[in-house]
Amino acid sequence: MGLAEEVRGLSQAVLTLDKATIRFGGLFAVRDVSFSIQSGDLFGLIGPNGAGKTTCFNLITGVYKPTAGVVKFGDTVLNGQAPNRICEMGIARTFQNIRLFSSMSALENVVVAGSLRQKSSFISALSYLPSAIKETGEIRARALELLKVMDLEDIADVRSCDLPYGKQRRLEIARAMATDPTLLLLDEPAAGMNPQESEQLMRTVRRIRDEFGKTVLLIEHDMKFVMNLCERIVVLDHGVEIASGGPAEIRNNPKVIEAYLGEAV
Amino acid sequence: MAVDHLFAAGVNFGSLPAQVVNGILIGSLYALIALGYTMVYGVLRLINFAHGEVYMLGAYTALFVSWLIYGNQVAPVHTFWWALPTMLLASMTVSALVGVILERFAYRPLRNEPRIASLITAIGLSLLLQFGGQLFLPVAPPPNINAKVNPYSDSMTFYLKPPAKPLADKASSLEAEATATEKAYNEALSGVPSGEEPGPTVTALRNNYFEARNAYEEAKGAAANSGVSVTIPKGQLIMFVVTMFLMAILRHLVMFTKQGRAMRAVSHDFDSASLMGINVNSTVTFTFILGSALAGAGAMMSATFISGVKIDTFYGLLPGVKAFVAAVLGGIGNIPGAVLGGLLMGVAESLVIWVGWGDYKDAVAFLILIGVLMFRPGGLLGSAKVEKV
Repeated sequence: MGLAEEVRGLSQAVLTLDKATIRFGGLFAVRDVSFSIQSGDLFGLIGPNGAGKTTCFNLITGVYKPTAGVVKFGDTVLNGQAPNRICEMGIARTFQNIRLFSSMSALENVVVAGSLRQKSSFISALSYLPSAIKETGEIRARALELLKVMDLEDIADVRSCDLPYGKQRRLEIARAMATDPTLLLLDEPAAGMNPQESEQLMRTVRRIRDEFGKTVLLIEHDMKFVMNLCERIVVLDHGVEIASGGPAEIRNNPKVIEAYLGEAV
Repeated sequence: MAVDHLFAAGVNFGSLPAQVVNGILIGSLYALIALGYTMVYGVLRLINFAHGEVYMLGAYTALFVSWLIYGNQVAPVHTFWWALPTMLLASMTVSALVGVILERFAYRPLRNEPRIASLITAIGLSLLLQFGGQLFLPVAPPPNINAKVNPYSDSMTFYLKPPAKPLADKASSLEAEATATEKAYNEALSGVPSGEEPGPTVTALRNNYFEARNAYEEAKGAAANSGVSVTIPKGQLIMFVVTMFLMAILRHLVMFTKQGRAMRAVSHDFDSASLMGINVNSTVTFTFILGSALAGAGAMMSATFISGVKIDTFYGLLPGVKAFVAAVLGGIGNIPGAVLGGLLMGVAESLVIWVGWGDYKDAVAFLILIGVLMFRPGGLLGSAKVEKV
């Protein structure tokens, strides 16, 4: 990491991993991984299967507690915080294997997540207080808005488990967006998508950054997707960070090429 | 339970509607308890076998509050309108509290352990409260809530088919005669100085009155038998109405409030719910509050409105088991399923009594359980999980 970057990291990093480590028994799933993400970044996390990418997401979102090292969100240390607290602070994620609330409709999925910022209590909601009704209406309207952004408005009332795979993936993004995060983590958003779909997704992710001002950290296997979309990339292999930098640097990094065993990167 | 007095001698189709209605009334109580099982199962995948004991403690609370209001075992001189609502609220509150305590101190520490640990704990808690409760709660002689506390102990009769017109007319004319002869007899009797034997005129008037009354009773019975009627104790009708009201509130809560949405999300996927910012612990607590409060309401109403009920520490055992079966019948984890299961369960019990096998009414629950597990393990409204290959 260059000096300039480090200084920038100290000033306004959204997320900082400092020698983050997690060990399961004797196995290091993630070892001494350090990087920092600046506000407005489109940041990629790549690596071969089993490199520890999703584990990194789990460290950041509080599913796992780091064995050593620090995960910081702005100036707040996230180590040991409950996942729901971390989400409240402003980190939302999607999942590699889709985990929607399967028998709820698409809209309901988004509304559930949108309820995070709801203020009115259940008593006021039960007694039909005007403020509660208004707030519920607002959450619904915002959820519909997000579905529109993800190009899903026509399937708002379809049960999420009945949706085709690509739409489920986009619905997960809409759901994560509904919690109004500062930082959005996308775990293989383009997995299982055809080239057109992934092209469209790329535009959407850019739009999320540009229009909604979100910082995005994503894991992706589709190299074309990552290289075209991300401005900064970190490469993990066997839980260790082996490279970081812009797409061009990464593409030509011999360690990365080796890690991918000669795969054209 | 309520259906005890309805042993039918042989199959009598005229009494079928009455039995079905009775089954629905008692079934609504099972449904209320079953909701607690099904909601807790929904969020935690845990059968809270101590739920019946939460119900039992709710009944005791109603008893104690009735003692506080009216004094121990003394027939109240007059009833206060606020007594029953107070008992209801107290039972709901105490039950909710007990549910929360059970969850916080017994189930939560075991949440990440294998599920069997929580299950065994639930059974242990149930036994602990049943037997341990005997040390602290009045059990011998088994107390009951004073019948005078319930001003709604009389019944209402609804005619599905009105009595035959001539028979009804005859009965009403005989009633007029009975009233007239009674009046004449009473007047004559009041003319007799105290301490003296009534004379033959008075005796004759008395015999007149008795004859007229017997004729009237007979005609009334014949008239009633010519119609199809359903007789419901008012208290049980109130129980049904309150139950439906509580279920409506519950539905609204679960469908349209933040906590309700959180409950549904947690029941779908614990982990992804928490990653969407849902506080799983408070959602689980909320679920226990709802389920236990409903059980408390059911306990208060069954202990108050069903006549002749004795309360002991096993008060929740059978209703608990039956409600559990109701939840399984409807599809455990499914809220409308619990209501449907409870109602079907009540009706099934009534029908068993109707065909004359009243002695086996408690066994029908287990027959249903076996049947559901054999033929539709997911329950009526539940969907059996199909393993994708």
